[in-house]
Amino acid sequence: MSTNAYNRPAEALRSGDKPVTAPPSAGAKKLGGVAGWVDDRLGPAKGVNYLMKKVFPDHWSFMLGEIAMYSMIVCLLTGVFLTFWFIPSAGHTTYDGSYVPLQGVGMSEAYASSLKISFDIKGGLLIRQMHHWAALMFIVALSAHMLRVFFTGAFRKPRELNWVIGCILSMLALVEGFAGYSLPDDLLSGTGLRAAQGFMQSAPVIGSYLAYMVFDGPFPGEAIIPRLYAVHVLLLPAILVGLFTAHIVMVAVQKHTQYPGPGRTNSNVVGFPVMPVYAAKAGGFFFIVFGFIAVLSALVQINAIWVYGPYDTSAVTAGAQPDWYMGFADGALRLLPGWLEFEAFGYTLSLNVAIGALMLIPIMYGIMAAYPFIEAWVTGDKREHHLLDRPRNQPTRTALGVAALTFYGVLMFAAANDIMAIKLHMSINDITYFFRTAVFVLPVIAFWATRRVCLSLQRADRNKVLHGRETGRIVRTADGQFFEAHEPLDPYTRWKLAGFEGQQPLELTSGVDAHGVAAPSNGKWRTRLSRFYFQDVVQPVTPAELEAAHHDGHATEHLEAGETTKALH
Amino acid sequence: MSSDTDATPRGGSTAYGADDFAAEESWSTAVRLDDGHHVVGDGALPAHFENPGLPPHVERMADKSEKAAKRAERQVAGLFTLSILGTILFLVAYFAFDTAHRSWVPGLGNVSTTNLLFGIGLGLALLGIGLGAVHWAKTLMPDAEVVEERHPMRSSDAAREEFVGIMRDGGEKAQLFRRPLIKATLGGALGLFSLPLLVQLVGSLGPLPKNHLSLTMWNGEPDGHGGYTPYDKRPRLVTDPEAMPIKAEHVTIGSVYHVLPEGLLANEELGVEGLEHGQLEEKGKAVVLLMRLDPKDFKPTERGQKALSWGYQGIVAYSKICTHVGCPVGLYERTTHHLLCPCHQSTFDVTDGCRVIFGPAKRPLPQLKIDVDDEGYLIAAEPFHEAVGPSFWERG
Repeated sequence: MSTNAYNRPAEALRSGDKPVTAPPSAGAKKLGGVAGWVDDRLGPAKGVNYLMKKVFPDHWSFMLGEIAMYSMIVCLLTGVFLTFWFIPSAGHTTYDGSYVPLQGVGMSEAYASSLKISFDIKGGLLIRQMHHWAALMFIVALSAHMLRVFFTGAFRKPRELNWVIGCILSMLALVEGFAGYSLPDDLLSGTGLRAAQGFMQSAPVIGSYLAYMVFDGPFPGEAIIPRLYAVHVLLLPAILVGLFTAHIVMVAVQKHTQYPGPGRTNSNVVGFPVMPVYAAKAGGFFFIVFGFIAVLSALVQINAIWVYGPYDTSAVTAGAQPDWYMGFADGALRLLPGWLEFEAFGYTLSLNVAIGALMLIPIMYGIMAAYPFIEAWVTGDKREHHLLDRPRNQPTRTALGVAALTFYGVLMFAAANDIMAIKLHMSINDITYFFRTAVFVLPVIAFWATRRVCLSLQRADRNKVLHGRETGRIVRTADGQFFEAHEPLDPYTRWKLAGFEGQQPLELTSGVDAHGVAAPSNGKWRTRLSRFYFQDVVQPVTPAELEAAHHDGHATEHLEAGETTKALH
Repeated sequence: MSSDTDATPRGGSTAYGADDFAAEESWSTAVRLDDGHHVVGDGALPAHFENPGLPPHVERMADKSEKAAKRAERQVAGLFTLSILGTILFLVAYFAFDTAHRSWVPGLGNVSTTNLLFGIGLGLALLGIGLGAVHWAKTLMPDAEVVEERHPMRSSDAAREEFVGIMRDGGEKAQLFRRPLIKATLGGALGLFSLPLLVQLVGSLGPLPKNHLSLTMWNGEPDGHGGYTPYDKRPRLVTDPEAMPIKAEHVTIGSVYHVLPEGLLANEELGVEGLEHGQLEEKGKAVVLLMRLDPKDFKPTERGQKALSWGYQGIVAYSKICTHVGCPVGLYERTTHHLLCPCHQSTFDVTDGCRVIFGPAKRPLPQLKIDVDDEGYLIAAEPFHEAVGPSFWERG
């Protein structure tokens, strides 16, 4: 129509408009449409842009936490599926499903519905097996993740709180797992619950009251299955998901730690941005973990509940064992001797049970959660740490970790003492006596050996920096001398080996500073512990030492006189 | 010590600030070589090495050659196609096979066809996506590392002071500090309000145990509330699950019976109704192992002889519930007369009053004193003299 722009007053407002020169591509338009609609209302662009550009460092060991996270998601997903068919009831029923050997057998509705999931629901067995495998993988992965965090010192300031959250997550995961495998109400899971009731009864003073509360009367009663179900599908998952969210948010806020190396410093993060690399890698990895669990569940049977039969308080299977992550507590129960039960004034204190069943897990996790604070106190280190330690560069911490792991390992293997006795044709008594000794002796040996190994590795690193790489090339000099040519390290490799921070034990201070003013003293215990940590520590190679090594008569003998030699005496 | 900022390309700098090395001077001036070489520096060389910065970026095949990039593209697409095939496999298997269908697979044996095909189909559908995405990221997406700066976690001093100011100001505006009565009562109320919830939960979760853990169905007829009404006639020992009474003469040497009190299980033949409720609970306390030994096998100890005298011609009955944490003691070694608990391997010596000879249990298995009635059937002469099963504080 008309080209007169000033027909109506409102048109005047647009007089300054510039014509659109290039229309956005179809793709951009679409994204702008949906994203724009959301952004108009919530304005997330700024925050999301920040997140999408966020840099994550790359290392295989950082995937352990990811595996834990993804297995947990698989658990949540398959768990929701299972709730559609599982009946959390101890009510009595007679089995009439398609598993012939149990037809006509009286059992609980929980067990009958678990059998139904396994035999009569199409794909139900796969979902059930995926749920169980994912749960096992969740705890394997989170344990490995915790070890990575511990041995690399990622728990240090400012991440102590996240370490504590991680400890709680790990402990709750054990309880969640136990609650889960107790639900099908087969003979094995019922035996586990029977033992759990015995554990509760062993609590000093309140034991029988506690057991009657939890089970709503005598064991087994009809309350425990629905109660465990509520704990397993509602209470604990809510806490786990909540804490896990806090865990991840804190990782994002504090930015991920990184391994030391060329270009990596305590004040930067070197890695890949979320969009596109990290999104593709991490997102893809979720599918890999999920897919792996699916294939595993297709090929490897787990917890064949139909073999055990329904729970009966008077029956038991030989070789009864909990899932692997409860093994250490079960092993402790097998090792604790009977003389730890005491009777006095008509009361019974059953420490042979209570230590392993009620105290071990809280004490173990308590020490774990407290460790960052203990180490910070001993080292007097109050700085932020974003660069990880190579485990060898912290010999005492690494040795403490291996000692703790050894203690755990002995307890876990002790839970298989009966299987070992059968498979190895050995006396179960001898095996148990061995473990009773090993639980005290092996951690000490492990501590000592690990510290020596770490110190040796550090010295090997020093050697490599000082004398270079052995090339395997033998050189004969003009006067008939033979030597192997060593190749000096490039600055990047050298930095990997020598770029860490040397440490010194704290000195005992007098309690006054140089001006005679009172200052906090380090104290006797703190200096002692600090010496225990650092007295043998190996320091990184310095440039002066490297220079000295060049004059040590090896391949680099031909150093020209007149080069930096004044540092040498 | 100059490289704390941008001396190196792409943001590289030393790992630690200069402050971090303050403590280091004491050893940097007196360096030591491990082979005994001793060097004293005089400051001509730096105290430690400098961070060389990021190593130069090495290009991948796909960065350099379009052919390699094309190949990577085809590999990624192939993996995504594998995923689609996996989905199709799952769907076809879902409609093609019945749940009961089983197949023989080498290495796995006779397995559920649906479980196998569903798992492999779903697995391929997921792995194809995952492996494809990761391969894409590793071959075609940029692999040059990016540097992001960190900032100290703590807020600025000003922000911290402002926070303290806001909180203090808020408290003052609410007159919190000027009115201690409000402060005290609010504190009290907040401290107490969770009590009703706690009392409700703890108080209503379950009944009190009373003395019920110390009694079993050998004491009397269950009254339905955890207590027991004493029998007029001592109960017979019956088998499980047939609920048949046992004649002493039928118990041969070396045989073991898993035994319950008469009246727990139904026996239509004998007109016994059995318990309508609480069968599992009563079984869990009353179940007994009955075995016959040659009377000469009993140890000459006081405990062994008492065990023999509480039995009947070498037939003895012991609680089957372990005194450790309550698993049924399921394994009887006929040659050694040892009972072994499969849960934690507590071992009891039947010839010596079921004394603990190994393992974590402390107390012997409680013995049930038995006799025969005038028809020759085994009866429980007396109930257990102590609580069966795991220890608890007030068991005495």
